[in-house]
Amino acid sequence: MPDLLIELFSEEIPARMQTRAAEDLKKLVTNGLVEAGLTYAGAAAFSTPRRLVLAVEGLLAKSPTLREERKGPRVDAPEQAIEGFLRGAGLTRDQLMERDAGKARVFFAVVEKPGRPAADIVAEVLDHTIRNFPWPKSMRWGAGSLRWVRPLQSILCILTDEAGAEIVPLSVDGITAGNTSEGHRFMGKGRFSVSSFEDYSAKLKQNRVILDPAERAGAIWAEATNQAFANGLEVVEDQGLLAEVAGLVEWPVVLMGKIDEAFLGLPAEVLQTSMKEHQKFFSVRNPKTGRIERFVTVANIETRDDGATILAGNQKVLSARLSDARFFWENDLRTVKSVGLEGMGAGLSSVTFHNKLGSQADRVARIEALAREIAPLVGAKPDLVAEAARVAKADLQSEMVGEFPELQGLMGRYYAAAAGLDASVAEACEMHYKPLGPTDSVPNDPVSVAVALADKIDTLTGFWAIDEKPTGSKDPYALRRAALGVIRLVLGNGVRMHLKELRISAEMRIPDEHKSGELVSETAGHDQDSLLSFIHDRLKVYLKDQGIRHDVIDACLSESSGAPSGATPGSDDLTLLVKRAEALAAFLKTDDGENLLQGFKRANNILSQAEEKDGVEYSFGADVKFAESDAERALFEALDTAEAAIIPAMTSEDFAAAMSAMAALRAPIDAFFNAVQVNTDNEIIRRNRLNLLHRIRTICLSVADLTRLDG
Amino acid sequence: MVETGSTPRSFQEIILRLQGYWARQGCAVMQPYDMEVGAGTFHPATTLRSLGTKPWAAAYVQPSRRPTDGRYGENPNRLQHYYQYQVLIKPSPPDLQALYLGSLQAIGIDMEMHDIRFVEDDWESPTLGAWGLGWEVWCDGMEVSQFTYFQQVGGHDCHPVSGELTYGLERLAMYVLGAAHVMDMPYNDPDAPIPLTYGDVFRQTEQEYSRHNFDAATTEMLLRHFEDAERECAQLLAQPAEDPKTGKRIIMAHPAYDQCIKASHLFNLLDARGVISVTERQAYIGRVRALAKQCADAFVQTDAGGWAA
Repeated sequence: MPDLLIELFSEEIPARMQTRAAEDLKKLVTNGLVEAGLTYAGAAAFSTPRRLVLAVEGLLAKSPTLREERKGPRVDAPEQAIEGFLRGAGLTRDQLMERDAGKARVFFAVVEKPGRPAADIVAEVLDHTIRNFPWPKSMRWGAGSLRWVRPLQSILCILTDEAGAEIVPLSVDGITAGNTSEGHRFMGKGRFSVSSFEDYSAKLKQNRVILDPAERAGAIWAEATNQAFANGLEVVEDQGLLAEVAGLVEWPVVLMGKIDEAFLGLPAEVLQTSMKEHQKFFSVRNPKTGRIERFVTVANIETRDDGATILAGNQKVLSARLSDARFFWENDLRTVKSVGLEGMGAGLSSVTFHNKLGSQADRVARIEALAREIAPLVGAKPDLVAEAARVAKADLQSEMVGEFPELQGLMGRYYAAAAGLDASVAEACEMHYKPLGPTDSVPNDPVSVAVALADKIDTLTGFWAIDEKPTGSKDPYALRRAALGVIRLVLGNGVRMHLKELRISAEMRIPDEHKSGELVSETAGHDQDSLLSFIHDRLKVYLKDQGIRHDVIDACLSESSGAPSGATPGSDDLTLLVKRAEALAAFLKTDDGENLLQGFKRANNILSQAEEKDGVEYSFGADVKFAESDAERALFEALDTAEAAIIPAMTSEDFAAAMSAMAALRAPIDAFFNAVQVNTDNEIIRRNRLNLLHRIRTICLSVADLTRLDG
Repeated sequence: MVETGSTPRSFQEIILRLQGYWARQGCAVMQPYDMEVGAGTFHPATTLRSLGTKPWAAAYVQPSRRPTDGRYGENPNRLQHYYQYQVLIKPSPPDLQALYLGSLQAIGIDMEMHDIRFVEDDWESPTLGAWGLGWEVWCDGMEVSQFTYFQQVGGHDCHPVSGELTYGLERLAMYVLGAAHVMDMPYNDPDAPIPLTYGDVFRQTEQEYSRHNFDAATTEMLLRHFEDAERECAQLLAQPAEDPKTGKRIIMAHPAYDQCIKASHLFNLLDARGVISVTERQAYIGRVRALAKQCADAFVQTDAGGWAA
């Protein structure tokens, strides 16, 4: 049982691609081997900045011989047919067998496909893998035509068994596989040959390469936390950065440096962002003060001076970067002090938001008006909300955000505080962008909630009005995220508002000449393309993740369900809608709910069929005086009771009470169907019973459209 | 000439050592292009020569201008006028990384003492319709060069692929010379009879151009010139391939490309003047790219571009 070792050695592979590439190498090669009949005991893939490595253990030395039986023509078939069969099977007449097959006697051929040596199969599979590797981005180099993530320099491919190692003969675009590799670019001692995976990883280590990225990441984290701990400090955890840094080095050397005192006054987020984005530094915090005071950088080399030169260089670069940051910070503060935060944002009028939706300043004006409208609905002071809306985007004009766009909002918060604005205004500067995704936190300060809602509703109505809706996987303006944001803001804060009304008022502020899409306000919730149904679709996705089935939402959204008065259902009041859906979902989980649903469906089916057959609607006039049995009379009574309970419960939004009143119908409905036959010969009684079924339908539909439910 | 091992003493010594090194590697050492460009890549020795099948190897210094980066000579690292050192070899040789590291050694960077890293950085020039894959090269955390394998230029696939190296000379030199502020860096030898710093040579021009770029350049004129360049480029390329006077096939790819360079620089100036909105910006970039693409189309119809009758 030989072991296989593959190393694809190249110029530096981007850190973010390494893990995936190692997995792809493993998957493609092992799948290819198994497909060709070569099974194996185990496989592991590794990556460093310069190599992808795959080690496969316990591979079959040869693929098994395959025997295939082929049925041929009848023994009395014409000579030509038999010869044709022989040619196809590559056999002679005497190698055929005769067998009874049904009524006739037929020739059979047994074709043996001999097994192939592992080396042949490996060569084929690896060649195919290299030529078809799924890099996110690949390139050509020199005069060749092969594509790889960066120039591929050498291929190591050996099979090792008790007898020793054998090179798998293979050549891809002029690169011939061998049994040699090299170690660290600067600390390695030239090329070396290897005879097995153990030999390979040991020699790599001697040549200053740690093959396993997890081992490198572990070593970095252990050393970084040790050094921080020794100084009474702690490293700010960042798994993404750790994985990236582990992909930038073959031999990690952890160095900790100090941040110059002059920069410690910068906001911690600025220090962290600058160090991480530009230099891949970890931030080191003083747990007593919460300040970021040092940094950890990971070098790829050991030096005579224990990294002193490297650290000094890094420190110098950091100082240059941070003096830029400090320059921006001080300029921004100066601007805020002299013209206020709103003044800082004055330039937004010359920044285009979208050529059909005007400038950022136009957008801010729309958000302000809308936020003012929302304010009373979320319990915020309209003037404060309006002020927050006016300044929330001002930091887009700050120098700091110009340099670090990812600090938008956060800088606004700092600058709002520096300008002496109300704390809730400062908070809104940061929080109004949220939630940015399904897992991001939802603001709960009323001022932030109002501005955040206005921000997202304006985005949605704006792009809807100019007919820039998402299609398929294309959603360039992140409208799905905005809709989810609205949903989470409303539900997370129990906000009661009618989105349709807000939407209409938002639309009114968009310049008419640009409204190219149909205006959703006129078509309300009926239209498939309407903004409200887009929001409903996102709501279904969102609630599905919360364990509420989409048909349950449909049942509550349906036009035929809703208030008993028949008024427009409050489907644009998301809080109410979800409350109802939750009550219905809970109800359906009970026995009563499940059985009532069956009873309802039975009643509805009989009624619908009869209505279709008779061409009439049995919609009124069920009279208890035509009832023949107790069960029938009891159902009349139960329906009266349920109706009397459900109407006020629905009006007061007590959906649990409405559901339980509906649940009380389960036994009488079951008993009714057991006792009577609806379609009797007596036409008066039949009609009366159909009208009775209609009451069941009406009462149940007033709670939710149970016809929309599956099962 | 002693090169490796010793530390250079001045900005110009670093340039001279790079010139010597790449000359020894067989590159044609060329002179800067005589027009205002944003980067060494704009030099026709790179942009145009990376097209077509003919082998090419060139190295040169290119003065480059980025009007928006002006800081009146006060920022230690930012300049609106600076120098790039550019190397272009086609096809890219298999040992280009090693050759590059050799050049760092040549300017006194000891590989055993410093941390040299190749960090992913895909290069794209929207104005040139060009892109490539490669790295920014870090020395102790500082970006000292850009290393790119060109995949496409002017909308044309590069076949063979050129390897391009770009060194930001001031930054690299400041690092090697240990200068904290670019203006304090020795330009010539500090022991020369008349020692000059970078600031002695460039502080005043940085101030003058910063004021010019941000506040004084006449925007109407810049806009007009942009459109002139655009028209002239099209006009030159619209001429028939055969020159009516000599009867020879003379396609004016280079003169047309000069107009593309002009348009690009005028756009940068307009940008610095702050008169281009975000949406217009894309449109301007698209217009320059259209010129670059037409010039590339023309160049591959010429001898140097690999055209064969």
